[in-house]
Formats: sequence, structure tokens, C-alpha cells
Amino acid sequence: MTVILWLIAASLFLGGCGLAVFLWSLRTGQYDDLDGAANRILFDHDTKR
Amino acid sequence: MARSGADFVAADPVDAVPDTACAHCGLPAAAGRRFCCPGCAAAFDTIQSLGLGSYYERCIAERPPRPEPSEPFDLTRFITARPDGAKEVVLAIDGLRCGACVWLIESVLGQERSVLTGRVNMTSRRLKLVWRGSETDGERLVERIESLGYRLVPFDPAALAAARDDTDRALIRALAVAGFAAINVMLMSIGIWAGDASGLLDTMGPATRDLLHYVSAIIALPAIAYCGQPFFRSALAVLRHGRTNMDVPISIGVVLVTGLSLAQTMAHARDAYFDSAITLLFFLLIGRVLDHRARGRVRATVELLLTLRSTEVTVLGQDGTATRRPARALVPGERVLVGMGERIGVDGVVERGESSVDTSLVTGESLPVTVAPGGQVFAGTMNLGAPLTVVVTAAEDGTLLAECARLIEASEARRSRFVVLADRVARRYAPAVHLTALATFLGWYFWGGASFTQALLTASAVLIITCPCALALAVPAVQVIATARLFRAGILLKSATALERLAEVDTVVFDKTGTLTEPALALVRDGIDPLVLREAAALAAHSRHPLARALVVASGNVPMAERVEEHPGQGVSAGETRLGSAAFVGALAFQTSATLVGSGTAPRAAGAPSMLPEDRSPPLASTIGTTTPNPRHGPARPGHRSSEGSGLTVPPVEPGDDGVSGPGAVGVWRPGDDAGRGSISRRHGPARPGHLPPREVPPSDPIVSDHTAAGPELWFGRPGQEPVRFTFAERPRVDALETIARLRRMGLKIRLLSGDREASVARIAAAAGIDDWRAECSPIEKVAALREMGGRVLMVGDGLNDGPCLAEAHVSASPATAADISQTLADAVFQSAGLGAIADLIVTARRARGLMRGNIGLSLAYNSLMVPLAIAGMVTPWLAAAAMSGSSLLVIGNSFRARA
Repeated sequence: MTVILWLIAASLFLGGCGLAVFLWSLRTGQYDDLDGAANRILFDHDTKR
Repeated sequence: MARSGADFVAADPVDAVPDTACAHCGLPAAAGRRFCCPGCAAAFDTIQSLGLGSYYERCIAERPPRPEPSEPFDLTRFITARPDGAKEVVLAIDGLRCGACVWLIESVLGQERSVLTGRVNMTSRRLKLVWRGSETDGERLVERIESLGYRLVPFDPAALAAARDDTDRALIRALAVAGFAAINVMLMSIGIWAGDASGLLDTMGPATRDLLHYVSAIIALPAIAYCGQPFFRSALAVLRHGRTNMDVPISIGVVLVTGLSLAQTMAHARDAYFDSAITLLFFLLIGRVLDHRARGRVRATVELLLTLRSTEVTVLGQDGTATRRPARALVPGERVLVGMGERIGVDGVVERGESSVDTSLVTGESLPVTVAPGGQVFAGTMNLGAPLTVVVTAAEDGTLLAECARLIEASEARRSRFVVLADRVARRYAPAVHLTALATFLGWYFWGGASFTQALLTASAVLIITCPCALALAVPAVQVIATARLFRAGILLKSATALERLAEVDTVVFDKTGTLTEPALALVRDGIDPLVLREAAALAAHSRHPLARALVVASGNVPMAERVEEHPGQGVSAGETRLGSAAFVGALAFQTSATLVGSGTAPRAAGAPSMLPEDRSPPLASTIGTTTPNPRHGPARPGHRSSEGSGLTVPPVEPGDDGVSGPGAVGVWRPGDDAGRGSISRRHGPARPGHLPPREVPPSDPIVSDHTAAGPELWFGRPGQEPVRFTFAERPRVDALETIARLRRMGLKIRLLSGDREASVARIAAAAGIDDWRAECSPIEKVAALREMGGRVLMVGDGLNDGPCLAEAHVSASPATAADISQTLADAVFQSAGLGAIADLIVTARRARGLMRGNIGLSLAYNSLMVPLAIAGMVTPWLAAAAMSGSSLLVIGNSFRARA
């Protein structure tokens, strides 16, 4: 049953990664403009930024 | 001037209509022309020269706004310097139509070398601009965007920081953590339950179970400590005041269950409830986030609308220099220059100039009043005539404003005592739950023969089952969905408790001017040739004077005439064709009743010159006596400013032979004029505080049913033809009659309270089908009338004079054209042109209340089913988790019925 120790550790680690990424995306303001994001997907990248 | 699809049809080249569509904004352009106006041509050129021509293909829904030169504003105050030396400013954008506009603005800024960040937030309609360079560079960038047709208004950095919504992010962060923890703890729990349910307890050894419990504890404890904070804090806050709310049982339940589970784990017991505790928080946080989001968005919208309207004023320095500054930054004693057609942004006393002022937003008066040196003017009124110099004064005691402010303060304090449904339930629910749990514990311990731990465990199962998860979702879930539905319909619900209060309403009280009537004046169409109207409107499109705008609205979109000159205070002309005051157009020479459209008080042939007082300087003279009620959709309309710093004016109207001007006509008031006209006492009575601008209509004004006979007018003269007179009148909103009938059918009493004179109130009341009305009410009288009525009143008003009523009423609503203060005070702001929003509001609120009650009933019913099981000690952890999630989903599902 030692495999369960590995599995628990692995699942917690992966879940933790997901949480960290979500918190990062929240902090960088990626949920501040959901309407804009829906439109931006249609923009071409033909202008230099 | 909605840009409807019809414009595009009319603009089709094969169509018989000679107009073509403007290549930029899509509005009609004169035949053979590519653009409707020079602004569009310039914008088109700019876009093409930057190689961004594909913009026009990107416009999905609508064409870009027509560029109209902006009023200059001082950007420097709004710029913040960043540590790296770059400068930053945040601006509100008006005129965003779809993603293409975002693309255009960002592409234009992206081609500027100095710009580090130019990003548009489409949700909050803000542009964040960061650039390297001087402040004037920033102004140049802003001008560049404005030349494309967007209107930009800078945000005050201090106000922006204050309004920053940290709560929203904190809640979402808590939600994320709770979600993560709930999923992982549930995984452990499923393992444990699987071992249980298989009936082969041997399949999972106690060591493995303990391990899973410990892992659960390691995840759940920090997560609960973090995610529970919003509830713990709120519960502590109310407990300190000796009250209780829904957060109290939530907090007690969560803490107790967590602590007990930890004790169980350490005691190597079979059951632990970590999953229940954390899942509970997860569900509750969903409710919190949704609730906060919906309200945050509405608040942001209202805030943005008000910012776009907030006025800068022209301040005259000691040395005669003029600077533009925001109105609220002024101190008493400063001098402000108010141009024609400009909103007076300050309270003050007129120092120089005579003009007529539209006070409808302040007093509810539909006809303008004249002011002269020494007269008082108020913020929110509009100068219709000649330029005025105003000395800023503080709101003195005894003025209308001070009185309104006092009344508002008193009413607001009273209203904040409203207790929402959820709290009313919580007040009874929380003690009942805690008593039940206590009784369960005592029962099992003393009579049931259970051990201390066993009894405590059973009691905590009761707490988990009764933990008001569904109950806490019951109200916010409905609120979010109903608020979002109203938001889409253009109704902004600002107060969290407004829905519940709206549902209780039994009387609706309307204000007249601007609420029951259209906020803008309408052209009286009788006998007007549509072709003549089109011609006149082409000229009028160059002016932002309210009457000119009304003309444009009446004719629909027309190409703007070319080579039009503005004659401040008189009118506009294109060659020999003129639109403006009678004197300007030369209508006086044709002074015969035959030329008049509609009969009424005609300017006397000799009237215009003779009525001008000797002491008046010539440029002012022609504007005096301007009559223009209620010009609310000119400059106040975002995106519709026009270049002219001045507007049209309308002819002086000479008082009739008996010394009484016709109804609605405005004579000239001067201090020391005949006693009657200088007095303001009659209509407002002694109860009316303050010194309003003098009233123009003598005390003996007759009650006249035909309001259109006289009043604001414009003349249109063409060479070789008799001048045409356009008259304008106040008009009830399109659906006023239907809405009022509909409200009656809903069992509501309807009343009308107006500050306007009796004749016009009677006329509008009749047109709207209201038989219960009162005219000539001061703000105090309005509030008194409201109190007399008793019951639960929905007040609908737009003026400053309605402010106290809006605050006093059980619940209140304002149109989006209302004074800033009214919009701030109102619980709901509706943007539609009709009054149907009021009926929709009440229907939605009643439905929402039904659903809230239904939800509460559902969750109480669920409790009454499950609690006996819990008391009996038959609730296992997995049953608790399943039942709790089930009831929450049921409540959320039921709430979605609010969308219908």
C-alpha cells in the first residue's frame, strides 16, 4: 500500500500547481476584462506592439 | 439619433434617397460626398494613413462614432509618474462599440514610439495609458484618440485607488483555495467511504484510514482558516453589536465541525467531517462572489456614467486668464464663465450677463427662468442664452440646496434600518439551530447513554445538516440572476436590498419634468413640411443648442449642411439660409399670423428692438428672452458634443398686451422690474427655502390648456420664402400611458408630485392618465406629501428637488438623464427611453421575492427532513456531504427561474 503515499503526494502536488497558476492569473489581472478577452481572440497580430 | 439599421438602408446607393453613407461613421452624407462631416474625413484619413484600414471590415455591429471636437481638459492633474519615469493615466472611454474599436485604439497607440502600454478594458470601458515623455505628449495621445471619435475623460488617480475593488479578488482567491481543498479532501473521503460502503471494513485498515484523515486535516485546516475569514469576520462584527446574522451559525458550525473532526482523527475514530466543512465554505463562497460581482459591476457602470458627465468649468483668474478645472475643485469666490448651452457646474451668484437658464433638473420647472446679475444659479442647471460670469458661493443655509442636503441626510439614516429577508430568517434560525444541537447533545449524553464524544459527534452532525448552506445561497443566488437580467435590460440596480424593497411597493409616485415627460424637448410637428424640416435640421446639426438637437431628432439623421457659420447667441447660417431667433432670421419683418405654424403669442413687429433694455451690451442683447425648456439631451449626451462653444437662440418674446406673456413665454426679468415679475414668492410659497432665480411668469399667469401655443421656438428663413416657425413642447414619455395602466393593473396606486406649475402638470397628468396629482410642490412639500401617503412608496424622479423624496421613499428610481445627485440616491437607474422599466422593475422584484421565499422554503423543508435523522444519529459523513450539496444545487437551480 505504499503506492498510496506516492499517489497522494502526486495528486496534491498537481492540484497545488493548478491552484498556484490560478492565483497567478488572478493576480496579473487576467479576469479583469472578460468581455475584452472574448473580442481580442479575433485580433490579428499584424501590428507591432 | 440612434444609429439604426434604417440609416444603412437609406444610404444604399441604388436607393432613391440621394444621401450616401459616410465612409467613416455610416451616417448619411450629402449626395456625392464620402463623408458626413470634416471630423469623419479626418478620422478616416488618420486610420488609412496608419495602415489600419481593415478597421472598417472589423466593425461587426456598429460603425464608429462620429468625431466631434472635444472640450479641452487639463490632463496634467490626472497623470501619475511611475518610479521608472514613465507617466500613467487612466481614462474612461465613451464610444466603444465592439472589439474593433478596442483594436483600433490599441493599434493607433501601438504605433506611437513613446507609448509603453495602451490597453483598453472593455468591461469597465477604461483606457490605461503609460508613456515615456512629457505631459504634453500624453495630451497629444489623448487628442489623437479623440480625433477618431471616442470621448475620453480622465479618472482621478486618488478616486481610482479608493474605488479599487480588492474585496472581489480576495473572495475569488478564497474561492479558488476552497475549491482546491474541497476536491482533494473529497478524494480522500471517497476512499474512506468506499471502504465503509463495501461492507468489508477489513478492506481498509485503521492505519490507512487514519492516514487519509490526517492528509485531509493537513489540507482542510489551513484552507478553512483562510477561506472562512469572510464569514468569521462578519459573524464577529455582528456579535459585537449583540445581533446575529447568517454568518454566525455558519461560523460556529464550521469551527465546531473542524475541531471535532480533528479530535476524532487524533482519537483514531471512524468518522471525520473535514469534507463537509470545506465543501460548505466552497458553496457559500460561490454565493458571495456572485453577489459581489453583480453589484460591483453595476456600481462601476454608474460610477463611469457619472464620471463621463462630471463637468469641468472655465475658471477666470484674477488676471483674466481662463483655465478649465473640475467643478468640485473650486472654492467660493472664484469666477466661472459659463458659455451658451453649457451646464452650470457650480452654485453661485451671477456677476455679469443676463440669460435664461433651464432649471428643470433642479426645480422640476419645465420652462426656463431668466437670470440677471445678483440672481442665483445652481449646479446642474443649463445656460441657454448669453454667456454668464458666475461667482462661486458655498451652499448657504436656507438655500434650496442646503435644505435638500439636510432632508436627504435625515431620510438616508432612517432607511438604512431596513432588514433584509435573509437576516430576518437568520434571527430566528440561528438560535433554533443552536438549541436543537444543544438538546441533541444533552439528550444523548444524559438519557441516551452515549459517551461524551459520541453525543458531541451527533450534535455536530445536527449542526452540519442545519448549517444554512442552501439558506445562505437562497437570497444571493436569486439576487444575482435578477440583477443581471435587469442589467441587460438597461436597469442598474444599485442597492443590494432594493429588490426586496421593490417587491413590497404599493404606491408609485412620479415626478413630472424629465421623468414622466421626455427628458428632451420635442418638436411640435403640426403643419410642418418634412422637407423643410430636413433642410433646417441639416443646419441644426451644427449646433448643440437643445432646440437644434430636438430638430435633428425630429427629422432623423440628415447630412450636415456645408459652410455653416455659427452666430453666437443668434443662430446658424449657411449663406442666406438661416436658423435661429426671430430677429436673426428676419421673421419680424414677416410678422403676420399667417406665417405662424400654430397660433399663439407672436412676437410683435416692433417688439424685438424695443424690448432690449438700454444697459445691455449688444452681443448679449439678442439672446435675452430665450425660451427653451428642458434641453436635456444636448451636451449631457455623451458622444454628442459639438464643436460650437455656443448655440442657437430663439427669439425674444414680447409679453402680451396685458403685460402678461403667454404661457411658457419668457419675459425679461431685471431687478427692479415690476413687482410681480421680480417676485418668486407665489409659486413656491413661504415654505420654499432659498433664493431661486426669479420667476419669469407673473403671478396672474392664466391656466392655459394649449401649451404649444407659445413657448420655445426656432425660426427658419430661406431666401425668397416666408420664414417657418418651429415650436417645441414637453411631451410625456412614449409609453407613459401604457405603463401607468399596467402599474394600476398590478394593484399599485399612482401619484404625481411636481414642482412645476399647475397648468403643465394638469396637462401631462391628463395625458398620462394620472388623476391624483399635486403641482407646485417644494422639496419639503414633496417629502411631506410622501410621508402623508404612508404605505410603501416607489419614488421615480430625476431632479435635485426630488432628491429628498428619493431618499425618503421606501425605494427609488431615476432615469439615466437625472441629476447626478438623484442617480446617486436612487436605488435603481434606468437607461431606457420609456417608463416600462418601472413596471419591469416591480415585476422582476416581485418574482424575485417569490423565488427567494421559495428557496428559503426549500432549504427549510430539507432541514426538517434531515434534522430528525441527524438527531437520531443516523447521519454518516457521506450522507451529510451528499445532502448538503444536493440542497445547494436545488436552490441554485430554482434561482435560475428568475431569468425567465
